[in-house]
Amino acid sequence: MKRHLLEAADLDRADATLVLDTAGQIESALAGREVKKLPTLRGRTVVNLFYEDSTRTRISFELAAKRLSADVINFSAKGSSVSKGESLKDTALTLEAMGSDAIVIRHQASGAPHRLAQWVKGSVVNAGDGTHEHPTQALLDAYTIRQRLGRLDGVRVVLVGDVLHSRVARSNVWLLSTLGAQVTLVAPPTLLPVGVGSWPVQVSYDLDAVLSKADVVMMLRVQAERMNASFFPSAREYSRRYGLDARRMAVLPDDAIVMHPGPMNRGMEIAAEVADSARSTIVDQVGNGVSVRMAVLYLLLGGAPE
Amino acid sequence: MSLLITNARPYGEDAVDIRIEDGRIAAIGPGLEADGAQVVDAAGLVALPGLVDLHTHLREPGREDAETVETGSRAAALGGFTAVHAMANTDPVADTAGVVEQVWRLGQEAGLVDVVPVGAVTVGLRGERLAELGAMADSAARVRVFSDDGHCVADPALMRRALEYVKALDGVVAQHAEEPRLTVGAQMNEGDRSARLGLVGWPAAAEEAVIARDVLLAGHVGARLHVCHVSTAGSVDILRWAKSRGVQVTAEVTPHHLLLTDECAETYDPVFKVNPPLRSDADVQALRAGLADGTIDAVATDHAPHAVEDKESEWASARPGMLGLEQALSIVVQTMVEPGLLDWRGVADRMSVRPAAIGRLDGHGRPLAVGEPASLLLLDPTHRATVDPAALASRSRNSPYAGRELPGRVVATFLRGTATVLDGKAQK
Repeated sequence: MKRHLLEAADLDRADATLVLDTAGQIESALAGREVKKLPTLRGRTVVNLFYEDSTRTRISFELAAKRLSADVINFSAKGSSVSKGESLKDTALTLEAMGSDAIVIRHQASGAPHRLAQWVKGSVVNAGDGTHEHPTQALLDAYTIRQRLGRLDGVRVVLVGDVLHSRVARSNVWLLSTLGAQVTLVAPPTLLPVGVGSWPVQVSYDLDAVLSKADVVMMLRVQAERMNASFFPSAREYSRRYGLDARRMAVLPDDAIVMHPGPMNRGMEIAAEVADSARSTIVDQVGNGVSVRMAVLYLLLGGAPE
Repeated sequence: MSLLITNARPYGEDAVDIRIEDGRIAAIGPGLEADGAQVVDAAGLVALPGLVDLHTHLREPGREDAETVETGSRAAALGGFTAVHAMANTDPVADTAGVVEQVWRLGQEAGLVDVVPVGAVTVGLRGERLAELGAMADSAARVRVFSDDGHCVADPALMRRALEYVKALDGVVAQHAEEPRLTVGAQMNEGDRSARLGLVGWPAAAEEAVIARDVLLAGHVGARLHVCHVSTAGSVDILRWAKSRGVQVTAEVTPHHLLLTDECAETYDPVFKVNPPLRSDADVQALRAGLADGTIDAVATDHAPHAVEDKESEWASARPGMLGLEQALSIVVQTMVEPGLLDWRGVADRMSVRPAAIGRLDGHGRPLAVGEPASLLLLDPTHRATVDPAALASRSRNSPYAGRELPGRVVATFLRGTATVLDGKAQK
């Protein structure tokens, strides 16, 4: 593995598979144990540097580091020197001077983890940067698909929603295609980036046309405020055209699964009966997130597994 | 005081001696006698008229930590310039006779280049009502170029009035063409790379739509329009069409848009963040072709110094802009002269003659001929060097060319017979 995990686009097939396999090994190693903890990163310090509120991602990383016995510092932009105008660089150098071995960063600016990696000696893990990438989310999604369907090669994945503003979508596009899946993006044209034509994906504006050939449907969160900027006329129209409800779910092949990175807007992009159905992997995704993040920290800081 | 420049090649042509007396070229020819004049050996060097920049940010008053009129003048002289237009987006804004006279006077005191202030089109660059353009034109600074650069004069009715009004001043409106509603939050060229990098796109159409509108307005009211930092192939097409229709429009391109593409953004290093943004390779090729055929009239640097803290940050929070004065000629040599798109007379035309004409500068952009003002530069076109931002004369370090090897070295610059640069070193 490289020193940092900045983007899924960076991962080749071997590295990505190594992360997934390692996550599987970690999960087996901990299965049935009373003390869910490995000594691998004892004495190492992991900093969660969060410029955006994201309780679930932060907790997932925190749990992952703690289960590897690392010391964890949570540094939130609120109530810290950041709110007094300290620059990202100064914050990073300060954290490093205090002995951090890895910085897990969530930031509203695309590319912030890349900047950080230019300034610090330790490892940088991107926990979501602006509208760019969220690589551990894609890794946990891939892990979940492999767990449920037994493979990734040739799996047909339909990603639905606000691709334009979604770091989850970008990371999944690169990672899933690297791992051999066939990705189709479905969204109103306003929520697809100009330049999507250069991505290794199919694009459709019509959800109903693709559902019968989907092994995986991944719903993206759509923020209602997008309609104020005329990305779509109304929440109701969005939901009608691009929401996944029971009627649409019924069209899916028998083994197909439904995913969502959370937090969900029930009734907007996903109906409650879909989110709570047997097809839904939403709870699995959360649990797998810890294993995958453990694998990432382990590989970046602890070396390759024996 | 007299000078004898020996064995220089005017416009890259046959080597001759050039005698300078009382600030003017007194004689040109082979084997001129020194007669006690200071001799400058220019063997192998190309002589060109002093360069004129239509677009420089000198940051004074207001951001003297990033650049001053003096440091920017020194950078300009080292780049072979003898006149620079200082943009109006200072603090306070150059929207009154008082501010433009202050900038002009600071330039005179520095004495390295003629600093020609640009006046704001609208009060405070706010795009709401016209600044006192006449007062600035009539001031000691003799403003002829008016621009809200950094902001577009987006209101079409206000733009029409500005174009009309400056006709009485023999002035020109230099438009920063950017439809603001299409570039809210924009960070880089909108295309394949912005899609992947997750940076908000700045569509080419936001520039082209304003240029199209403005050439129609300029044609309608019979006024002069100048388009700042043209960056797209579509803009070149619109300009070519407008010129073919007889519209009095001129345009400039920056060195960085002639050389760099949006590929630079992939590092997320904001030293490559600039407005308008770096575009695609197809745009770069169209800009070079447009400059070669004269559709684009001038190279202008858009030299934009920024303090370290304004660039050493996340891409989205960094200020846009990059240094340009000291490397402009080198980049034109690399992108236009070496590929055969422009000869040395073409370089003189696009970097001196036409920009001086656009700015209505009488004493600049003159031919290398007897009786003309001795404002010229000597260039070693074969010299190649790697750009080291720490070695630049600018007070700022935001050069996008750091670590790049570029051709051409300005060995000497003369402003009305006085050496401002000799042996590649500023003389004050």
